[in-house]
Amino acid sequence: MSENLTPETEPAQPVAPAARQGKTSSRVIEHFVAPLEDTPLAAVDKVDNTAAPLSLWADAWRNLRKQPLFIISALLIVLVVVVAGFPQWFASVDPTSCDLANSAEGARAGHPLGFTLQGCDVYSRMIYGTRASLTVGVLTTIGVLVIGGTMGALAGYYGGWLDAILARLGDIFFALPLILGAIVINQLPAFRDNRSVWTVVVALVLFGWPQIARITRGAVLENRNADFVTASKALGLSRFSALVRHVIPNSLAPIIVVASISLGTFIVAEATLSFLGLGLPGSVMSWGNDISAAQPQVRNNPGVLLWPALALSITVLSFIMLGDALRDALDPKARKR
Amino acid sequence: MVMFTLRRFLQLIPVFFGATLLVYFLVFATPGDPIAALSGGKPMAPAVEAALRAQYNLDQPFWVQYGLYLKNLVTLNLGQTFSGQEVSAVIARAYPVTARLAIMALAFEAIFGVFFGVIAGLRKGKLFDSTVLVASLIVIAVPTFVLGFVLQLVVGVQLGWARPTVSGAAPWNELILPALVLGLVSLAYVIRLTRASISENMNADYVRTATAKGLSRRRVVVVHILRNSLIPVVTFLGADLGALMGGAIVTEGIFNVPGVGNLLYQAILKGESATVVAVVSLLVIVFVVANLVVDLLYAWLDPRIRYV
Repeated sequence: MSENLTPETEPAQPVAPAARQGKTSSRVIEHFVAPLEDTPLAAVDKVDNTAAPLSLWADAWRNLRKQPLFIISALLIVLVVVVAGFPQWFASVDPTSCDLANSAEGARAGHPLGFTLQGCDVYSRMIYGTRASLTVGVLTTIGVLVIGGTMGALAGYYGGWLDAILARLGDIFFALPLILGAIVINQLPAFRDNRSVWTVVVALVLFGWPQIARITRGAVLENRNADFVTASKALGLSRFSALVRHVIPNSLAPIIVVASISLGTFIVAEATLSFLGLGLPGSVMSWGNDISAAQPQVRNNPGVLLWPALALSITVLSFIMLGDALRDALDPKARKR
Repeated sequence: MVMFTLRRFLQLIPVFFGATLLVYFLVFATPGDPIAALSGGKPMAPAVEAALRAQYNLDQPFWVQYGLYLKNLVTLNLGQTFSGQEVSAVIARAYPVTARLAIMALAFEAIFGVFFGVIAGLRKGKLFDSTVLVASLIVIAVPTFVLGFVLQLVVGVQLGWARPTVSGAAPWNELILPALVLGLVSLAYVIRLTRASISENMNADYVRTATAKGLSRRRVVVVHILRNSLIPVVTFLGADLGALMGGAIVTEGIFNVPGVGNLLYQAILKGESATVVAVVSLLVIVFVVANLVVDLLYAWLDPRIRYV
C-alpha cells in the first residue's frame, strides 16, 4: 500500500525542476510560459515506475561513496578496529615488558617513539591501548542506544503519561553533566574498589542515555502519525508491531548520526575519567591511563603524553567525521542546497 | 509567555527533587558503607561510629535523611569539611574564581565563535570555510586535558607568555590561558552552529526581499541575517554558561585554579562526602536553572516555539 502511493506522485515532480533549469540557464527571460518543449512529455512517461524506488539508505550510500570525509573516516575506523582486534600485527614489542634501564629514553631502532618513565615502549603501548578505549566507546554506545532508544521510542510513540514520566526521568539524569555524573558514580566504594571496563561503561551509560532518548523521541514523534503507520494498522498490525516494524526503522537516521558522534565523546569521557584516576584501573592499558601516567613528565618528555593523545584524537575525530558525513547523506533536503 | 514560563517552572520541580535525590542516593545510600570507608575498612570504636552516623544522620531512615539533607541545602547549612571548615564558606571562596573563569571563557567563545562562524557561513564551501570547519573538528576531537597540557607547555613554559599555573588569588590576567583552554571546545561548537544557522538563513525569503528592496549587503547581513541566525547561538551560549559555572574539573586541575571544580575533585579524592554532595547539588541547581533561563530566553527570542 505504502509502496504504491509514492510512484504516483513521483512522475509529476521531474517536470518542475527541469523546466526551471531551462529557464535560468538561458538567463534572458523573454516570455513567462514555462518552456515545456525542454522536457517532452514522452520522456516523463518513460519514467519507470515499476522499478523499486531508491530507499533512503541506498540513496545515502550512493552519496557517501563520493564523499572524501566519509571515505577517510571509514578507512580510519576500519584501521582502529583492526588495531584493537589484532594489536600483535602492528607492534612486535611486548607493551608490558618494561626495563627501567630504558627509562625515558628517546627513539631508537625497533622503538620508534621512545620509552616511558617506567621503560615501556611508547609505540607498543599506544597500539595495545586501542582496545580498551574502543571497547568502552562501543559498549557505552550500545548501552545508551538500548536504554535511551527504548525509553525515547516508548515515550514518543505512546505519549501521554508515559511520555511525561520518561521525559522527567530523562531530565533528572540530564541535570548531571556526563563527566560529573560519571565521576560521582566512580567514586562510590562499590565502583572504586572493582574498577574495570564495565564500571566505566555503566557510569557513562547511566548519564549518557537521556541524549539518545531525546533524539529518538523526536524522530518517533515525527513518524508515528505518518501514512505508512496508519496503513500498517489498517492492515491489522498491532500498535506495538507497527512501532517495531515501521516507526523505528524509519526513525533510525538521526539516531545513527548522534550515536556515531557520541561514540567519539564517550571515548574522550573514558580518557578524562582515567586521567582523573577514576576510570579504568591502572592494570588496563588505555590511552587515558597512559596520558595520565605521562602527565608528571610532560615538561621533560612530552612525546610520551602526545602520542597516545594523538591516537585518541584521531579515533575520536574519525567517529565525529563519520557522523557529520552520515548527517549530510541521510538528510537529502540539506544535501541538495 | 506567562503560561509557558509557568509550565517550565512546574517542570523544574520534579527535576530538582529527582536530581538531588539521585545525588544523595549515589553518595550516601549505595552499597559500600561510607562510614566504614572512612576508617579504611578497619574496625572502629562503636561510640565513634555511632557519633559519626548521628552526625551525618545515617542512623535515620533514608527518607528522613533525604529530608534533612534538603532542609540543610535550603538553609545553606552544608556541614563541615574534615579539617573543620564550613563547606558553605569553602564554596563561597571558590565560586568567584569559577565565575571569573566562566565569564572569560564565554566572552572568548562568543566573540571569536560568532566572528569566524559568520564569515564561514557567508563563504560556505570556500577555502576559509573549509579551514575553519576542519580546525573546529580537530579542536572537538582533542580532549581538553591534552589541549590544556600542550598550551601550558608551549605558552606557559617554553614561550613564557603566561604563568603556567594560577596563584592563590587567581587574578584576571592569570586566568586568560585557562579560560582559553576551557572555551576552545565550545568555540568550535559556536562556530559550527553560527555557520549552519547563517547559511540556512541566507536562502530565506526575507533576505531576498531585503536585497531586492536595495539594502546594502552589509545591512542585509548585520541587521537581517545575523539577528535571525543568532537565536540558536545565544541559547547555546546560555546553556554553556550554565555548564561552565559548574566548574571545569579538568581545566582547573591542570592550571591549579582554586575554583569549584578543583574543590570537588579534591573532595572526591579525599572522600569528603559532605563536600561532594554539597558541591554536586549546587552544580546541579546551577545547571538546571541555567537551562530554564535558556528555554525562557529562546521562547522570548523566537515566539514560534512557545506553542510547540
